[in-house]
Amino acid sequence: MTEQKQIWVFIEHTDGKIADVSLELTGKARELGDQLGHEVVGLLCGYNVDALAEEVIEHGADRVLLADDPELALYRTLPYARVAIAEARVRKPEIFLIGGTPNGRDFAPRVASALRCGLTADCTDLQIGDYYVKKEGKTYKDLLYQIRPAFGGNLIATIVNPNTRPQMATVREGVMRKPAADAARKGVVEKVEPAFEPGDFALEVLSRQVRKSTVKLKDAPVIVSGGAGVGSAEEFALLRDLANLLGGEVGASRAAVDAGMIDRAHQVGQTGTTVRPRLYIAAGISGAIQHRAGMDQSSKIIAINTDPNAPMFQIAHYRIVGDVGEVLPMIIKSLRERSMDQRDAE
Amino acid sequence: MTDTRPIHSVVLVKQVPDTHNITGEVMTKDGTMNRGALPAIFNPEDLNALEMALEIKGRHGGTVTVITMGPPKAANILRESLFRGADKVVLLTDRKFAGADTLATSVVLQLAVQKLGQFDLVLCGRQAIDGDTAQVGPQTAEKLGIPQITYAESVIDIADGKITAQRALDSGSEIVRCTLPCLLTVVGSANTPRPASVRRQMERKLSAAPGEYAALRAKWPEFETDEAVDAFLAKHDLKIPVWTAEEIGATEGTIGLAGSPTQVHKINFVVLESTESKTISPTPEAIAAMVAELVHEYIVG
Repeated sequence: MTEQKQIWVFIEHTDGKIADVSLELTGKARELGDQLGHEVVGLLCGYNVDALAEEVIEHGADRVLLADDPELALYRTLPYARVAIAEARVRKPEIFLIGGTPNGRDFAPRVASALRCGLTADCTDLQIGDYYVKKEGKTYKDLLYQIRPAFGGNLIATIVNPNTRPQMATVREGVMRKPAADAARKGVVEKVEPAFEPGDFALEVLSRQVRKSTVKLKDAPVIVSGGAGVGSAEEFALLRDLANLLGGEVGASRAAVDAGMIDRAHQVGQTGTTVRPRLYIAAGISGAIQHRAGMDQSSKIIAINTDPNAPMFQIAHYRIVGDVGEVLPMIIKSLRERSMDQRDAE
Repeated sequence: MTDTRPIHSVVLVKQVPDTHNITGEVMTKDGTMNRGALPAIFNPEDLNALEMALEIKGRHGGTVTVITMGPPKAANILRESLFRGADKVVLLTDRKFAGADTLATSVVLQLAVQKLGQFDLVLCGRQAIDGDTAQVGPQTAEKLGIPQITYAESVIDIADGKITAQRALDSGSEIVRCTLPCLLTVVGSANTPRPASVRRQMERKLSAAPGEYAALRAKWPEFETDEAVDAFLAKHDLKIPVWTAEEIGATEGTIGLAGSPTQVHKINFVVLESTESKTISPTPEAIAAMVAELVHEYIVG
């Protein structure tokens, strides 16, 4: 009997809660697994985390590999990678998906390097398809298409790993949709024993501070986002005013974050948060593809920019060529007047 | 008790196109980008890594060696490193390195670091702005068989053969202690890189790699041959050493395109198109009309 091929998902968790991105990827793995007839396997490392395994199954996994050990209580590169590398060498998964979180991005390359396999960062889409290599006169069937914006331009690259396994990819939170939990789903929880080596404990975590993010970009109905064109941290207050008025959240492009105008938690885009709000207001954002990849599914887009050639204008529903500092107050004023009129009418 | 032992650091740097400053001007009419319009710069977080290494040297003594894999013109960022305080630089350049993905890149860096000899720390930026993968650091650490501290924001202490550092994560922060040698990937918030020193710039501005000799000879006709340039630079300790695949002992099939498990299946040009779009003048009346429309469509309000 040939064993069923596997698709793995790295299950990250903090304080007894599984990261959204891990469940989103479990859902995606389920989709790919159904298409390919592969088993979906969650890799869960931690200490006293048995309870989380069922949740992984409810979101689409057939099996959870559970490494439960005091040494795995907090994420550390080497002990976690040891488990993944050892199990992957034995079970030979076809695909391995990891959340594009700081620890996911610490873990994935370490594992990929040890397994000598390909890894693609921050994919914005994953598909299954064939790959024909002319030189070899050969078609590789059913590879994982790892799709991501490519450096320098309006390019979307499809990356494949024809000869190495697993095909590894990281994906940011929010890119895939989180499936609904199905309590009726059944799966197997299989315990695995880590075989640590002394060198795995070279690093100790002395303290850890978790900052609860108050920025709720992913579910905001309206996002007022600012870029380099906003000019200063002070001017971001205008965006905050407008967001409050619309019951929304403030977003930012990477340029604004890098310039120190606003905290990185607000960053929208391929390397930030992917959003799909009802309304996205892009204020002073030129619209690099990495930014657009994280917001182009917004229902309505208003772009405000002094540069009439800004790429953002090409995907906007409303184009306003003008200065953010002048246009935003007009929108705010107009909204305030409407709400005043409404109150008068009532 | 702080270690009095000197700390020898190797900093891995990369020259990248300045993708941060993409404006309408570098976009062509068909919606693609004119890459040539982007200048080549020192990858920003690699400068933070260099600064961290220089600060460590300032406290503990030791050396800072900077290496980069890239085309001959990547010598520019090695010169910049010298101006900022690096003791030694090496350029890894070879056609055989071309087309490398992150894994194949980490093989070259591993071999180069090992060729340099004994080291305590390897530092690099968290990620390069042209790919944003953040993979080369951890992959190089794995190949060197040393632990890694990614997202390092500050070094708190180096003592008794261990480094204590703070990691800056989106979700908070961590303080970790790790045995040396280890590899650090450094985030942009770690420090403000020092500018080039004027004195060092004067001393080192003639530094050049062999690939640049022809250009130098065009400026200095008194040097009639490359050998003459080479002898002059070597005499004044201004020669930027170049290591090829052979010199670091890389085996074919592990480096460059051939050593890269990832392959580009296809590239799609994204043609930007908005289905229905309106241009709104920046006047209070036009804005009010737009707001009315959004309210009418239940987008806002």
